[in-house]
Amino acid sequence: MARIEKKKDVVIVGLGWTGAIAGIELAAEGLEIVALERGRDQNTVPEFKYPNQIDELRYGVRFKNMQHPSQQTVTVRRSASETALPYRSLGSFLPGNGVGGAGTHWNGLLWRPQAEEIQLRSYVKEHWGESIIPEGMNLMDYPVSYDELEPFFTRFDHVAGISGKAGNIKGKIQPGGNPFEGWRSEEYPMPPLPSTYDSTKFEAACKAMGYHTFPAPAAIASTAYVNPYGMQMAPCNFCGFCERFGCYQYSKSSPQTTILDALKRKPNFTYRTHAEVLRVESSADGKTATGVTYFDATTQEEVFQPADLVILSSFQLNNVHLLLVSGIGKPYDPVTNEGVTGKNYAYQMNGGVTMFFKDDNFNPFIGHGANGICIDDFSVNQNDFGKLGFIGGAYWRSGAFNGQPIRTMPLPAGTPSWGGKWKESIKEYYGHAMSIGTHGSHMAYRANHLDLDPTYKDPHGRPLMRMTFNWQENDLKMNQYMKLKAGEVGRSMKPDVIQLAFKDVGTQYDVRPYQTTHTTGGHIMSESPLEGVVNRYCQAWDKHNVFVMGAGNFVQNTQYNPTGMVGGLAYWTVNAIRTLYLRNPRPLV
Amino acid sequence: MPDSTPPSRRTFLLASSAGMAVSGLGMPFFANAKDAPVELDKYQPEYLNAEEWSFILAATARLIPSEGDGPGALETHVPVFIDRQLAGEYGSAKDWYMEGPHDPTVGADRGWQTPLNPAELYRKAIPAFNAWCQSRWNKDFKDLPAEQQDEALTALQKGEAKLAPELSIFFTTLLANTKEGYFADPMYGGNYGMQAWSYIGFPGARASFSEWVDQHNRKYPLGPVSIKGERA
Repeated sequence: MARIEKKKDVVIVGLGWTGAIAGIELAAEGLEIVALERGRDQNTVPEFKYPNQIDELRYGVRFKNMQHPSQQTVTVRRSASETALPYRSLGSFLPGNGVGGAGTHWNGLLWRPQAEEIQLRSYVKEHWGESIIPEGMNLMDYPVSYDELEPFFTRFDHVAGISGKAGNIKGKIQPGGNPFEGWRSEEYPMPPLPSTYDSTKFEAACKAMGYHTFPAPAAIASTAYVNPYGMQMAPCNFCGFCERFGCYQYSKSSPQTTILDALKRKPNFTYRTHAEVLRVESSADGKTATGVTYFDATTQEEVFQPADLVILSSFQLNNVHLLLVSGIGKPYDPVTNEGVTGKNYAYQMNGGVTMFFKDDNFNPFIGHGANGICIDDFSVNQNDFGKLGFIGGAYWRSGAFNGQPIRTMPLPAGTPSWGGKWKESIKEYYGHAMSIGTHGSHMAYRANHLDLDPTYKDPHGRPLMRMTFNWQENDLKMNQYMKLKAGEVGRSMKPDVIQLAFKDVGTQYDVRPYQTTHTTGGHIMSESPLEGVVNRYCQAWDKHNVFVMGAGNFVQNTQYNPTGMVGGLAYWTVNAIRTLYLRNPRPLV
Repeated sequence: MPDSTPPSRRTFLLASSAGMAVSGLGMPFFANAKDAPVELDKYQPEYLNAEEWSFILAATARLIPSEGDGPGALETHVPVFIDRQLAGEYGSAKDWYMEGPHDPTVGADRGWQTPLNPAELYRKAIPAFNAWCQSRWNKDFKDLPAEQQDEALTALQKGEAKLAPELSIFFTTLLANTKEGYFADPMYGGNYGMQAWSYIGFPGARASFSEWVDQHNRKYPLGPVSIKGERA
């Protein structure tokens, strides 16, 4: 080992959303903190400035804002009988890289889960009995309740600066909001953003069918805003470059726009970029971590960073990989259903309806990542699982989020993919299509899990992580139900052409098309050390001075975009560290 | 910390409004002579050799033909885009995980599994596809009449013109790169004069639409701008 750094109170691994939250909250305790970030430093200026960021090829197609598979990737197989092969170029999911992480290039949909999703096993058991749970589904409750998390969801809403309309304030249903959401203690920090044409058409169709419409909760500023850390946001100008891009306008919530500048002013906080953590080091008795070893790309050497407290806050897949290579938690074995690390990997089950209206102008380039009108009439707490034959649900949204033509060129099915007819069709249909997206839950299964690959290695010689994942019948059946119901709404709008894209039972996982970056699980929360990697405070059962942040804590995935839950859990966790752990470091459960 | 101190947004806006005034006086489209793209027939490829270049000219001209309304691949300089992409980080798969072992025989849904990077893929696939055209018509692809070129490309797309497994992703790659070149910002060599954006009505890098959000079902009236501030 070439270098040993001065010991810190806290080392943070990965400076995205959860690392930034841990940093600023623990800095308030006066602790000496260092954050280690694998990627580059990134700021609104210069990295995300106008006009350079408005470049579909470089960022939308070549993924220059993302983790590069050459640095780190996974291998993928659909079943134990397939040989896992590397995810060599990005497609299905897009982990972030650099300061701000995936929090820089997200769409900004900021949901909190329904209370029923937090206690899903108990909810199913109470209403239909455990007999409806399919064989092989690891259906679980989170070991924490919605009521306990609510103040922390609200805290994250304030920090991230969310625009929206509450539907349930302390149990009282609010007109114009989502009547099926979990209760919230107060209204959103900012009013909703205005609606684009497509979402108003969708809203009218839903209302005519008796559904309950509300504006999508957006981590996109609708007004000027100052958050609790004094960070300022500016109202969004609907530039249409959210997903895969950093925001040039200081409008999209990100660690950069809501936390980092305030954090960097703290004298007891420092961060190092191009510092990739290779493993968590263990004490002789194995009960605690002593710090982390990282590779300093600037000096090309391994460095040991001692610390009393280790916060793992890298992207979900990278957190699980780090736990596996560090030997934290027993690796999960799907055959015996024993072990914990890598268990309950889950994803998201999405579908879409595309409608073409030849005489309507949608100007699809006018939008933002969280644009649109939603309904939750087919969400988890609205579905009769016993009758429908699946466990789960989906929220629906309609609203343009990019009209960038390399990637977003919907054409009616059967249109040739090249030649004169293709050229004619792009003129005929560009700007004359709109869509409804259904964004659905994904359960956890014995068959879907993460472990270390026996063959492929990363640039540091560590095994790549292996993802064993395929779509399962329960979630595909849920998706087919959404196809039926969303198709009805789409047809009621009388489009010239309609097409439905919903995975059907039997569909195999295809790593090529982008689906979602909502990868979850692998270091799940649990009531007992036999079931998960971390306890209800996201503290490692194995090593009490290691806390693990992010969507890896999800016992199964909810129907919503995960960032609201990720942020809420991060505030819940740092609150436990501040109020319970620091004065007496120990296992909190 | 930032690697350099760039000009502010204000500086950029001042520069682009000056550019607007100038272009209003009928100045050439490309204000900056060093950035002006060369004509397609005078272009010196950076990566592609003569056989490959003539293939790319011929193939992209069928994928996005010049006939009919709207520009084709040649008018928009798509071949220049492809050559420059192959010469750069994309061609060498700089960001990708390319360690072996490779198994290019698996289904397409396993992703990029050929051991070849995109530049190598074009290098090997073009002669292989020309050989297939020779076996069928005794001619290289570029020498076939348009109708047979379309037939050959269709056979390639459907896998009927069988190439080695490590080349099986060639058509998909060629088609994707052709569309990228058609629609990408013109600074990458294609979408010459922002013709493809003008044709479909995409405003490029304007990226500011506050006053347009509420103007429902009204076609956005302004033409595109590029990242360098050109207008069309």
